Amino acid sequence: MLLELRGVHKRFGAVTALNGVDFHVDSGQVMALVGDNGAGKSTLIKCVAGIHTIDDGDVLWNGEAVSISGPKDAGALGIEVVYQDLALCDNLDVVQNMYLGRELLSTFRRLDEAKMEKRAREVLKELSVTTITSVRQQVAGLSGGQRQSVAVAKAVLWNSKLVILDEPTAALGVAQTRQVLDLVRRLAENGLAVVLVSHNMSDVFEVADQITVLRLGQNVAEFDKDKTTQREVVEAITAGQLSRVPGMHEESIA
Amino acid sequence: MSAATAPPPEIQDGAPPTTTVSVAVREWFSRVKDGELGALPIVIGIVVIAIYFQLRNDNFLTAGNFVNLIAQMAAITVIGMGMVFVLLLGEIDLSVGYVSGMGGVIAAVMLRPDGSEFPTWLAIAGGIGVGVGIGLLQGFFVARLGVPSFVVTLAGLLGWNGVVLLVIGDKGTIVIQDKVINGLANDYVSHALAWIVFVASIGAYILQQILTVWRRGQSGLPNQPWILIGARIAAVAAAGIFIIEWADSDRGIPYVGLLMLALFVIWTFVAMRTRFGRHVYAVGGNAEAARRAGISVPGIRLAVFTISGAMGALGGIILASRLSSVDTSTGGGSILLYSIAAAVIGGTSLFGGRGTIRSAVLGAIVIAMIDNGLGLVNVSAGTKYIVTGLVLLGAVTLDSLSRKRSAATGRA
Repeated sequence: MLLELRGVHKRFGAVTALNGVDFHVDSGQVMALVGDNGAGKSTLIKCVAGIHTIDDGDVLWNGEAVSISGPKDAGALGIEVVYQDLALCDNLDVVQNMYLGRELLSTFRRLDEAKMEKRAREVLKELSVTTITSVRQQVAGLSGGQRQSVAVAKAVLWNSKLVILDEPTAALGVAQTRQVLDLVRRLAENGLAVVLVSHNMSDVFEVADQITVLRLGQNVAEFDKDKTTQREVVEAITAGQLSRVPGMHEESIA
Repeated sequence: MSAATAPPPEIQDGAPPTTTVSVAVREWFSRVKDGELGALPIVIGIVVIAIYFQLRNDNFLTAGNFVNLIAQMAAITVIGMGMVFVLLLGEIDLSVGYVSGMGGVIAAVMLRPDGSEFPTWLAIAGGIGVGVGIGLLQGFFVARLGVPSFVVTLAGLLGWNGVVLLVIGDKGTIVIQDKVINGLANDYVSHALAWIVFVASIGAYILQQILTVWRRGQSGLPNQPWILIGARIAAVAAAGIFIIEWADSDRGIPYVGLLMLALFVIWTFVAMRTRFGRHVYAVGGNAEAARRAGISVPGIRLAVFTISGAMGALGGIILASRLSSVDTSTGGGSILLYSIAAAVIGGTSLFGGRGTIRSAVLGAIVIAMIDNGLGLVNVSAGTKYIVTGLVLLGAVTLDSLSRKRSAATGRA
């Protein structure tokens, strides 16, 4: 198992955001992390990314106990997070964004543009991102799906082993959602572990191998995608109170 | 891939080693059409202004006046270069006028021939050092304490004006007798030295272009066609020869001309070819993205305000050199607004993330030409300010309109 969390607790003052959460994801696998607002999804991924430190519990990386006490620790392990609001600079081009903060240097501490451009092209090609025609165009001119692809490519550029995607399709149209889901699948095929945080059940069922459900800071269920239904997952998210969820009546569920 | 998505054009695998001239020209036209005007409007503006003033007064395009222009634009250019960095962050530095005053006054005081004067280099270092100190102080308030730069530097504008008045005291004027300082703006580079600098600069430029092509070729990346690179080198060389020959048919190029060239090369290198420069653009484009990428945003802000302070003080020393003196009005007047206007007229955005060091030079040329030309046709100071104001408004309007257009075409 690449990453395993056991009994993780996180408290913010009087609020317990995570109350003994178990979670795991392995290489070549897409693990979906679902749950209602406030279930603790964001807190959990921020703990893994080193933005929050856990109060209690164990983090195992390749079976060994590790402590992640900052984003640098997470980066050193090979954990990269693609945030919902992308964190790209509109005024920089694709290559510049992918290398932002980790620019390659040549002699006299100059930026090694040729090397960076070459590697950026290679990574986009490995990920079969064919929608970006020029790696030297500004990110401002890209569509939502292209921007998401750049953000993902940026995350895998550093031989990362685990990529966490926070709501990657939330703001995208149909065709672009398609592009991103294909990309998520390809990451797993390339041997990376992928955590997909999403509210969109059809996205989750399309690309995930396994699904972890959080509710009120506890994990309430874990499903194999092939052995469950959307209805079962949604029930787990809402604690069986399906009548409260618009559209989730018996007859509307396949 | 579902059948619904059209097959997108692929990143060419075996990308051709060079793009063709026609492709490059077409790309340039489409960029201009989409609103990425680059230096085009300002070059046209410079030509129009030159023709206009030449028609009004045929002394405008003489070698003598050209030499005057170089000296007149120097301080605005130098201060404007620092301002470009500040504007790239989306911040503003309103204190540079009186910071330049501080630089000039401190250097002048240290050189006062009262038996305890300092050596020239120390006086220059002292003036610039004061600018660095001011930049660090103001940068600390902006970067670490989070006070808006507008307010911090507005306080600086008032405060440093006060310090200039206190230092000059009741003396009114301090005359500078130091030959080196005065020579900066009032002595001229010999013909031989001008040519040596020219040959060295063009040689370095050609070498840099060839190395870039070679490195990209090594990595299998496409290059611009040789003919375009050659044309660019030829254009730069022609401009250099023209400037040298024209200026040398009168007094020659003032030493500040060399100083401007050196600063232009250094700061362009810093902005475009170093990690620091890249991070300045990143912070100006999206500070949160920069922070998440591990960039120290406060560190970048502090460094940029320090650059602005240093360049402001250096500009002040140049101003003091031109007048061979400093007085109670040093650093006041139009210096501050001309420096900001130079950067903005040259194409640097006030909203951060977009701009080049070149813009300070081009903008300063426009401002110095208007200032100088209106002087030659004998208009009042009032008219001068009104015209300069209109040019600034025009440049920013053009910039806003072209940005709107590029936003509409997705280039932004």
